[in-house]
Amino acid sequence: MVDQMKTEDIARKEWMGLLARVPSDVLIAKWGEFDLRPDFEWLRRPEVGGVMVRGRTGGTGAAFNLGEMTVTRCSLALDDGTVGHGYVQGRSKSKAEVAALIDALMQTDVSEKVRSQVIEPLAEMMQAARTSRAAKAAATKVEFFTLVRGED
Amino acid sequence: MYVAVKGGEKAIENAHSWLAEERRGSTDVAELSIAQIREQLSLAVNRVMAEGSLFDPDLAALAIKQARGDLIEAIFLIRAYRTTLPRFGCSNPVATAEMACDRRISATFKDAPGGQVLGPTFDYTHRLLDFKLAAEGEVPDAPKGAPRDEPTPHITEFLQGEGIIQDEPEGDETPDDLTRQPMEFPSKRPLRLQSLTRGDEGFVLGMAYSTQRGYARNHAFVGELRIGKVAVEMDIPELDFAIDIGEVELTECETVNQFKGSKTEPPQFTRGYGLVFGQSERKSIAMALVDRALRWKELGEDNLGAPAQDEEFVLSHADNIQATGFLEHIKLPHYVDFQSELELVRKLRREAEERITPKEAAE
Repeated sequence: MVDQMKTEDIARKEWMGLLARVPSDVLIAKWGEFDLRPDFEWLRRPEVGGVMVRGRTGGTGAAFNLGEMTVTRCSLALDDGTVGHGYVQGRSKSKAEVAALIDALMQTDVSEKVRSQVIEPLAEMMQAARTSRAAKAAATKVEFFTLVRGED
Repeated sequence: MYVAVKGGEKAIENAHSWLAEERRGSTDVAELSIAQIREQLSLAVNRVMAEGSLFDPDLAALAIKQARGDLIEAIFLIRAYRTTLPRFGCSNPVATAEMACDRRISATFKDAPGGQVLGPTFDYTHRLLDFKLAAEGEVPDAPKGAPRDEPTPHITEFLQGEGIIQDEPEGDETPDDLTRQPMEFPSKRPLRLQSLTRGDEGFVLGMAYSTQRGYARNHAFVGELRIGKVAVEMDIPELDFAIDIGEVELTECETVNQFKGSKTEPPQFTRGYGLVFGQSERKSIAMALVDRALRWKELGEDNLGAPAQDEEFVLSHADNIQATGFLEHIKLPHYVDFQSELELVRKLRREAEERITPKEAAE
């Protein structure tokens, strides 16, 4: 499946995933610093819903339903017709709107500006948070040492 | 029997006003914020998400506040909210092998690749009350080590290479969903796991403990316990590919259990599996033990008549919202029911008296 994905789809998959995971206040604050406010039309106004999260028996076996998570989605079109989708974790409609706008802009000729001013800083922030937790986990890794018995 | 009764509206309204006041407690004490509950009572939040069957820490924190800390009431609120959400779809099964682990331990392999990582655990604490927490104070930063960037492999992978543990081959069957159709017995393992992961922690713990005490003992080792975040990926109808729609914190437990072998299987290790929203370690281990006990039929083991082997018993009683609903309804007005019982008992007493009285007269 992934092998057949087009290069632009792979890139889009990455930024949409990032926008879904970023905490909503962080995304909205970052968007607030960005200076483009394109006009758009709603294709689907933001709606809050649930997605059933699945796991696998034994981690690798048959799928089972683990429980739901909240997701907010919307779709919009810029004046030039570019369509952006927002599928984000949580219940923030403004987060979904910002995500859809960024998704649309990333497909236009301002994509480099959006990438350097919004996507990359957010990706770095998420990576830093992840690395920080991994570093704290690493400090709790047990180092075993063997005790040498006294008698021979 | 239910008969509509009118009246009591004013009393109910006033009771709820008083409830709101009691919930707030003394106004000399600062009010709790949702963020405080989410950040500082996170294990309560995790339990409400797991048993409420909805991953949303802010909502779970709100439910805990509204329920005055009564977690089953909070779970009830989450379940009720969940039913109002349109379902956008189902995720692809999460890849727990890719988990960014905060904690990862094995009771079976000391030198597992990736190591024994304790994470933020209560284990090895002395369980002495810490009076420093009663005073305000700064918490020092946790020490850091060299972060591991690559995924941590599952421990059972190593046993699988040897063929000494039962395999869990990937399946693509659509799992039954007990939020969409009622539970039916005999049930398949995926449905049992869904029921157990949202089941009451105390109940699942008690059932698991019963297996350890000898009611269908299954000799479980914790092969691996891991806690961390995994990405949730879903196919998006508007696009031709799947994207991450978020990430969830999960606790996964795999037990490795003794198995003498059966008519069709050579002696090997078998597995029990627990996967629960949030940092929910006790629940996850208990789930794995009960999952293993319920697998007796497919593994060709004997039915020992133990409660933990009885899927009808376990799965029908694991849900604390069903249980509390039925239990607590008996406190609501049953005046007409009781009136008829009262009439019946009076009638039986009258008849008994009439039977005795003529006899006495004859003597």
